[in-house]
Amino acid sequence: MTDWAAIRADFPILSREMNGYPLAYLDSAATSQKPQAVLDAITDFYSTTNANVHRGAYSLADEATRMYEDARSTVARFIGAQSDEIVFTRGATSAFNTVAYGWALRHLTEDDRILLTIMEHHANIVPWQLVADLTGCSIEFVSITDTGRLDLDDFHHLLDEDVKLVGASMASNVLGTINPIAEIADAAHQVGALVIADAAQAVPHMSVNVYDTGADWICFSGHKMLGPTGIGVLWGRPEILDEMEPAEGGGEMITDVRLDGSTWAAVPHKFEAGTPPFAQAVGLKAAIDYLEAVGMDEVERREQELTEYALKSMAGVEGLTVYGPATAQDRVGAISFSLNDIHPHDLATILDQRGVAIRAGHHCARPLARSLNVPATARASLYLYNQESDIDALIGALAEAKELFSVA
Amino acid sequence: MSLEEMYREVILDHYRNPRNRDPLDHVDATAEGNNPLCGDEVTIEVGLDGDTVQAISVRGQGCSISQASASMMSKAVLGKTEKEIAEITDTFKKMMGVIETDDVVVDEERPGATLGDLEALQGVRKFPVRIKCADLAWTTLEEALNP
Ligand SMILES: Cc1ncc(COP(=O)(O)O)c(C=O)c1O
Repeated sequence: MTDWAAIRADFPILSREMNGYPLAYLDSAATSQKPQAVLDAITDFYSTTNANVHRGAYSLADEATRMYEDARSTVARFIGAQSDEIVFTRGATSAFNTVAYGWALRHLTEDDRILLTIMEHHANIVPWQLVADLTGCSIEFVSITDTGRLDLDDFHHLLDEDVKLVGASMASNVLGTINPIAEIADAAHQVGALVIADAAQAVPHMSVNVYDTGADWICFSGHKMLGPTGIGVLWGRPEILDEMEPAEGGGEMITDVRLDGSTWAAVPHKFEAGTPPFAQAVGLKAAIDYLEAVGMDEVERREQELTEYALKSMAGVEGLTVYGPATAQDRVGAISFSLNDIHPHDLATILDQRGVAIRAGHHCARPLARSLNVPATARASLYLYNQESDIDALIGALAEAKELFSVA
Repeated sequence: MSLEEMYREVILDHYRNPRNRDPLDHVDATAEGNNPLCGDEVTIEVGLDGDTVQAISVRGQGCSISQASASMMSKAVLGKTEKEIAEITDTFKKMMGVIETDDVVVDEERPGATLGDLEALQGVRKFPVRIKCADLAWTTLEEALNP
């Protein structure tokens, strides 16, 4: 049995007070907090091993390079991949852009279509709109059902041979919905389309094996999985990465630079122009070590338990509407909601006065907000360090908000 | 500044019962504004008699701060000349810390002393991300009057 109180105690920030109340941090879908082990790993690296990687012909640079590459193998093992399939990026967003500029821009034409889901984060929409502007290809969106699940009938209906790329999130940062990515990928491959999966809300919360997903590329961010900001991962099938062009040029990513042109380094280095985020990679490795020590199955189980507790508690609040699946099944702990007609921003400000940190807005998914017909929602999101008392604090503060906004 | 102070009854009153919402029959100036962060929206229509605002309509949707600010503003500028409105706007924006101007002189202790109901919004200054909500209607009115 995991000692969840001990886990929570590993996160120094969680013992903070906020506006005179214990901090109830319920915004991990935006960014996660960091355990001491990650903070220490980064400080240790800068204190003992810092040197630019793949450059210096001295022992310190060797050590730093080894740690950077070691982080790559850790990420690879964590998601069931090989090291040379792991491209370090600045985050999930830049991973999408790497594929947009390195593949889509060079392969798509005005006859082609990109199929996305309406629940995508802007990171998996806007890069394709930029591609569409330059290539003339078109983009279509798969809708969702009333229960916040992907409408698979609509997906199959929209999928045909003109579709060259399918983009889908493995888990929605707004609805919490887990999408059947393997089924999506299977159908996409049958019409010859490639699949890019947004794993930003999946890899932190469940055990993911890239080959089981069926996707051709997978993107996620380190900062949402206990790691530091400034690092993310693009995984791609080796044969596809091989034929992709780099999206950025600069140092480190070449084998030779001549006045009339250059040749690229091997994958993954050809996609890592300039000084890479090597200290962040060391932090990400420490984060993965931490998650693995707890066990991803255990993390997933605990989050299910918390999600269920949250959904049950919220169902008891009169006037509260949850957007997304009402049960914890096939769902992660990102829970968007509204309370009567209280505007989410008013709600967030009131909750903040009670130490409860939630997000309010469109959560970088405006097309989804529009399709739900809401200008904004409030969102509470959970991670392994949350406990029932955080949810109780939320429920208590919601009751106060209701009272405050009741017609006087 | 406590929560209760911030959402003082005036704010909630204006939010629940917004003033001057009916569309105008005759519109001399109009503008729309929105705040992409929270999706607040306001549409302002103005009817002028010379340079006096003799009719105003403010409609929109969004958080209590943005909509109450818009409602209070409509009340504060109705019947005023454009010059007087510029002065009220400057005073309001100065109270909210949005601008630093010497064009208007305000009481350091109570910068919103001359603003009536609008003074209730001063508490929003404590919440930097919400200042934009309070400011939206004012910026939109400026756009309507100075296209
Ligand atoms: C589902 C999803 N995709 C993509 C992103 C983008 O991640 P980042 O901002 O770290 O690049 C996020 C986080 O905001 C997300 O929740």
